[in-house]
Amino acid sequence: MLPRFIAIRRALRETADTITLELEDPNPPAPFAAGQFNMLYLFGAGEAAISISGAPERPNLLAHTIRGVGAVTMPLLRARRGDAIGVRGPYGSAWPLQEAARSGRDLLLLAGGIGLAPLRPVIYEVLRRRREFGRLIVLYGARTPQDLLYRKELAQWRMHPGVTVKLTVDRAAAGWSGRVGVITDLLRAAEFDPAETIALVCGPEVMMRFCCHELARRGVSPRQVYLSMERNMKCAAGFCGHCQFSPFFVCRDGPVFRADRILPLLGIREL
Amino acid sequence: METPSPEIAPQSSLIDCGGLDALIGALSAEGYTVIGPTLGDGAIVYDEIRSAVQLPAGWTETQSPGAYQLARRGDGALFGYAVGPHSWKKLLHAPVLRLWRAQRHHDGSITAQTDPPPPLRYAFIGVRSCDLHAIGIQDRVLIGGQYRDPHYAARRGGVFIVAVNCIVAGGTCFCVSMNTGPRVRRGYDLALTELIDGERHEFLVETGSTRGAAILNRIPKRPAADSDRQSASQATERAASQMGRQLDTGGIKELLLNNLEHPRWDDVAARCLACGNCTMVCPTCFCTTVEDHTDLAAGAAERIRSWDSCYTMDFSHLHGGSVRASIKSRYRQWLTHKMATWFDQFGTSGCVGCGRWITWCPVGIDLTEEVAAIRSGRRDDNG
Repeated sequence: MLPRFIAIRRALRETADTITLELEDPNPPAPFAAGQFNMLYLFGAGEAAISISGAPERPNLLAHTIRGVGAVTMPLLRARRGDAIGVRGPYGSAWPLQEAARSGRDLLLLAGGIGLAPLRPVIYEVLRRRREFGRLIVLYGARTPQDLLYRKELAQWRMHPGVTVKLTVDRAAAGWSGRVGVITDLLRAAEFDPAETIALVCGPEVMMRFCCHELARRGVSPRQVYLSMERNMKCAAGFCGHCQFSPFFVCRDGPVFRADRILPLLGIREL
Repeated sequence: METPSPEIAPQSSLIDCGGLDALIGALSAEGYTVIGPTLGDGAIVYDEIRSAVQLPAGWTETQSPGAYQLARRGDGALFGYAVGPHSWKKLLHAPVLRLWRAQRHHDGSITAQTDPPPPLRYAFIGVRSCDLHAIGIQDRVLIGGQYRDPHYAARRGGVFIVAVNCIVAGGTCFCVSMNTGPRVRRGYDLALTELIDGERHEFLVETGSTRGAAILNRIPKRPAADSDRQSASQATERAASQMGRQLDTGGIKELLLNNLEHPRWDDVAARCLACGNCTMVCPTCFCTTVEDHTDLAAGAAERIRSWDSCYTMDFSHLHGGSVRASIKSRYRQWLTHKMATWFDQFGTSGCVGCGRWITWCPVGIDLTEEVAAIRSGRRDDNG
């Protein structure tokens, strides 16, 4: 439960309310897997669960993309190079990268807002081990063009063979010639083989529910769909009880769940 | 010739009140901090004791939904009551605990350290079967899984348990329904059954461990006869027949999880104050929160962990609001966790039938009644 304190190596402002902090961790207790998270502690503010958004091939480089929305994440936006951050982790379950590689199926990534951050390690890994994976389709929605994360990388990713990146925003702005609308519009228009696709979904719960609906309508089995859940977390080790989601502790059994295991629960209000 | 109870080992012993006092003394001499039932705050609570004189001789209590009252017994029994507001979790799973301290140095670096575990070894006197099961359940939660809580482990390790078989049941007890009592079966070092009638006041002692036997060897005792074993067995059976409440646990997990939208949840929500009393008195509730305290001038920070309750609005807070904003959803979380999803998480019920939840609910909500209401009007709408 004791954090290890690490100085920030790089603080990169992504958008008006989002920052990426990179920490060089000399002694991680375990290499992280794509989809896992760390508990980050800011001196004087407290601790928050933040997904790891860096490349799994570099287990010592912990990248965290953080949107400032709460008592801990707002002050984290002001963190600078050299500031010491407390880190506990990695915690939680991972995206099914091995299964995707073994099955040779295509990967369909559906990201809403900050939900792209926990999926970035998947993209890094697929691009690095390109021949082991099928096609990679990234559908990403943000509120406005200014809220799109990793804009340079988005442009680079779509240059790779077998990679499709499609973007949409809720509200356009000057200079935006792309699509305006919700991510399910992108999903409806996307071309993929439902039987040969594994979908990884991360975003607001309502967005994930609609995506699951549309994926089911397209004929993708919920057993081939994975969601990353968010709940209040204090301990990240299954002791504090805060992240309970019916039978699950999201910190320990999640955050990544196969959709068939949680879809019935997602429909119940205030569970 | 009398037939001894097959449940009680033939090598059991008898001690008297002096022997019990000697047992407490022997445990103290061994370096244990001895905790036992004693009168305090108008109730029978668990606190440090140094002598059997501090046990609540001649006291009992009446319990009913939302009510607890101390009462005099007609005799001098030391364990003639059920359970009060305290449970042993206050000693094993500390209500407030510093997880770590951190210091920020001049160069901006930060170091952190945990406090050493308390140099205590506990001996618990008077652990009832329901509470012994509760300790076993918290063991599974806090030290039985992938992660171990080192703070709980430090307090739990080496606890010497003197269990007591109940000779009376409380008005809200239902351990028989939960199959958790009233007779203790395992997990103790010594187990006592109080034998009191007329002239006689003794304790039948069963040993559950080698260290229990070793301590017992150092205090005055005599071998128990078959008739003593039978008396002890009858006393516990009497308690079993007096349960103040009962709960039909057949298919309870499916019953609750298939009726998450049952109208009874609205009904109970209209009565529940969301005060969290039930979670505080429950011997298995384990939820905690943390607070970070920082002295920016001194560059010092600490993290304090304390018991939390799923009845608070903050408990499920995410940016944008609480997942469980209504009292209905928070009550449902508590009851379904305790009685249903606990099985998925820990392979056991989270309820031991101690009745505290019913007694200490300020509006007297009785979970046995709530479950029965859902059962009688089951809809199985989300199976």
